[in-house]
Amino acid sequence: MSTAISTYSKSDYINFVVLMVLGFLVIPMTVSSDYWFTSILIPWLCLALATIGQQVIMGYTGQLALGAAGFMAAGAFACFNLILRVDGLPFFGALIISGLIAAAIGIVFGLPSLRIRGIYLMVATLASQFFIIWVIDKFGWFKNYDSSGIITAQDIVIFGRPYTSPVDMYLVILVVVTIMTILAINMARGSTGRNWMAVRDMDVAAESMGVSLLKTKLQAFAISSFFCGVAGALFAFTYLKSLEPVAFDIKLSFKILFMCILGGLGTINGAFIGAGFILLFPVLLNYLGNNVFHGAIDATIISAMEQVVFGVLMIVFMIYEPLGMAKLWENLKQRFFKKKDN
Amino acid sequence: MNTAQDRKFKIGDPILEVNNISLSFGGVNAITDTSFNVLEHEVRAIIGPNGAGKSSMLNCINGIYKPQQGSIAFKGNTLSKITPNIIAQMGISRTFQNLALFKRMSAIDNILVGRKLHSKANFIDVAFQLPKARKEEKQNLKKCEEIVEFLEIEKIKNTPVGKLPYGLQKRVELGRALATEASLLLLDEPMAGMNVEEKREMCRFILEVNEEFGTTMVLIEHDMGVVMDISDRVVVLDYGKIIGDGPPEEVRTNQKVIDAYLGVSHGE
Amino acid sequence: MGSEILFFFEVLVGGLLAGTMYSLVALGFVLIYKASATFNFAQGAMVFFAVLSFVGFMELGLPFFFAFLVTIGLMVIVGLSTERLVLRPLMNQSEDTLLMATIGLGYVLEGLAQAAWGVEVRRLDLGIPDFPIMFIADAIGIFISALDLTAGAVAAFMVISLAILFTQTKIGLGLRAVADDPGAASSIGIPLKHIMLLVWSAAGVVALVAGCLWGARAGVQFALVDLALKALPVLIIGGFSSIPGAIVGGLIIGSTEKVLEVYIGPFFGGAIEGWAPYVLAVFFLLKRPEGLFGEKIIRRV
Repeated sequence: MSTAISTYSKSDYINFVVLMVLGFLVIPMTVSSDYWFTSILIPWLCLALATIGQQVIMGYTGQLALGAAGFMAAGAFACFNLILRVDGLPFFGALIISGLIAAAIGIVFGLPSLRIRGIYLMVATLASQFFIIWVIDKFGWFKNYDSSGIITAQDIVIFGRPYTSPVDMYLVILVVVTIMTILAINMARGSTGRNWMAVRDMDVAAESMGVSLLKTKLQAFAISSFFCGVAGALFAFTYLKSLEPVAFDIKLSFKILFMCILGGLGTINGAFIGAGFILLFPVLLNYLGNNVFHGAIDATIISAMEQVVFGVLMIVFMIYEPLGMAKLWENLKQRFFKKKDN
Repeated sequence: MNTAQDRKFKIGDPILEVNNISLSFGGVNAITDTSFNVLEHEVRAIIGPNGAGKSSMLNCINGIYKPQQGSIAFKGNTLSKITPNIIAQMGISRTFQNLALFKRMSAIDNILVGRKLHSKANFIDVAFQLPKARKEEKQNLKKCEEIVEFLEIEKIKNTPVGKLPYGLQKRVELGRALATEASLLLLDEPMAGMNVEEKREMCRFILEVNEEFGTTMVLIEHDMGVVMDISDRVVVLDYGKIIGDGPPEEVRTNQKVIDAYLGVSHGE
Repeated sequence: MGSEILFFFEVLVGGLLAGTMYSLVALGFVLIYKASATFNFAQGAMVFFAVLSFVGFMELGLPFFFAFLVTIGLMVIVGLSTERLVLRPLMNQSEDTLLMATIGLGYVLEGLAQAAWGVEVRRLDLGIPDFPIMFIADAIGIFISALDLTAGAVAAFMVISLAILFTQTKIGLGLRAVADDPGAASSIGIPLKHIMLLVWSAAGVVALVAGCLWGARAGVQFALVDLALKALPVLIIGGFSSIPGAIVGGLIIGSTEKVLEVYIGPFFGGAIEGWAPYVLAVFFLLKRPEGLFGEKIIRRV
């Protein structure tokens, strides 16, 4: 858990170097099958980024928000339209502006949080989810008045060079996710994160210490929506490719909710762990279904069992380890280091 | 006991004025037409039987409750319809009767939140770890370490406060309030549930802060011994009304006060 | 002029009656909330689970009423297991933790239902046609679906009987005591187990009935779960703990939704009912956070 250390510890540096080497060198060089990039790594990074957004508003600030997919959609369609209509706008510039647009929408829909909380707030955020998707769907401008209703995201072009192969797209996403994760960690460990957590744990006391609930909550909504917006743009341009509002429906919001909670509320690790688990578990089930049961089990039953497992895990974690898989991982590491000391 | 000559910060003019405050919750009158003041640099105790409205009074002062009638002035400025965070900015901080710590954060993190009023860096500065943010964090951390040392809680500074024993939690809460460097500190039963030893320590801390920094203290307290020992003046509340106001010795012998305590017959 | 007003009434009445269908779903939430002070997010999944099992049992050959009873029995088992395995271990946890657990429970029930009975959409024929009743159409000139009318009558019946149960009977009193303070209630001899059994049975019946009516209209399919999300604005307006509130909330949501959709929808290409109830709920919350009939929540510092 975070302590009041805003300078990085030695293990932080080591972890960072290891991850960078793994991410930018080892994986691109050793993983040869496109499947791993297109179906695992790319969606994992995108959804983990969105889950960081969910962590900011829910894990750190304690606001029950259930509209992540809506903000992803906002970011995705903003990016599409920006690249479509603004000549010469660099891709990273479009990403940032898309995030800012999502952030602005997030502030508006975050306003109710100043008066309502808990399940009531959840319902209010559902309003954002349904409304955003409806607006994108009904106003043809967002889809460039395409009569077929299906629009394709443009190729990612940076400094004139297109990044369209799976490895290329993976690297682009990795750069963005790395930078934004570092920003998130800095905020979480610093005064920004402490203010969020103060609002989460005891908002009356936080206010009495000078924390503005208005500013802190709206800031959290803005930052959270920014992350979701950028994640949505990346998701659309590298994974979905064809942009339909329905890809960003309430089911995706629930998925991100599960990633956030199972991964570990209030941790950045948890975003990656949760996203990884939710993405990989179906792959594992499919593998078992095909190789152990030799395709005897129907695909719908497998996906139904997936749901059951996620649901059971949610219940079990809430009862036995509300801090999620990130906490389990911490406990494991503690035990490992204890053994080393002996 | 301090004599007037001993004090580094001589007791001065009224810093807080409570004028004709009335507060009610859906028909129940918590406070009725209550007025008193607090002089700068003094230690003011508020006593009274349970349910007398003492905590509600503190809540009115720092803006958590909005009284239906009356006004409160701090350093000459009226506090009305202002949110608690602005009142905190003006120089008032507090602790809570039932502990209001940030349970999932460590002790030092809790105290660091108290430095919010002394933090100018915004989230961009923090996200990009700009020099402004780094310098501020270092300074605030140093200040909080001083408080941790002062309150003798170094051993548990990194422990999540939810895991700490009650007495230490109370100390952390005091530390958090001290971190704000407020000119007026409202302490709601800071020694409740403590044993003799712990109470002595808390008294020492409170007095030291009052002497060293001149911080004006208003504290709600049930232990008469403590009240006699450390307070300069006392306000007595019963059923939301003032029934005594003056130096401790005077209040102690006030018949109305004695009746109130005997009548309600709460053991201390 | 006259036909416009008539049309408005038709839309309004249609909306009100559709609203009672929402009320039935909301009623399940209210029952559980009244008995255990928890918000059971899985209630929607329970509606789906109930009606899917009902249809499934009939497909297996069980006759209508027998299948109905067996499904009720199944729902009671589901309910009691929920109480024992999910709600009780989390009794002292925060509201949010409980909420998340019930979301998980919803997933479990959805998954189980689909694994057991498959994903095809089923037809459910209750013998009540979803067509306008001709003699009303002839008499007043308004087209009201027979199914809507039945739903309204059923909802009214359930609400009245449940309201009577809660306020007039000893059992109802016991229920309220249990919701307020289970420890104290049990210490004065209120049979917790029986109360729980009763509540979950009632919730199960309500879920099944709601599921049947919705299934008859739209077919028994997964989309039913999303409909349960619609119950949330109903609960916000009516209050989480009020039985009559569930009806009033449903009426308000149903009618507003229909009217907005018919009169404003065409300007935007429709589908306003997807978000309008939620936005309505938000405005309501800003004015009256506890709902029309709910209890005011006072936070003590």
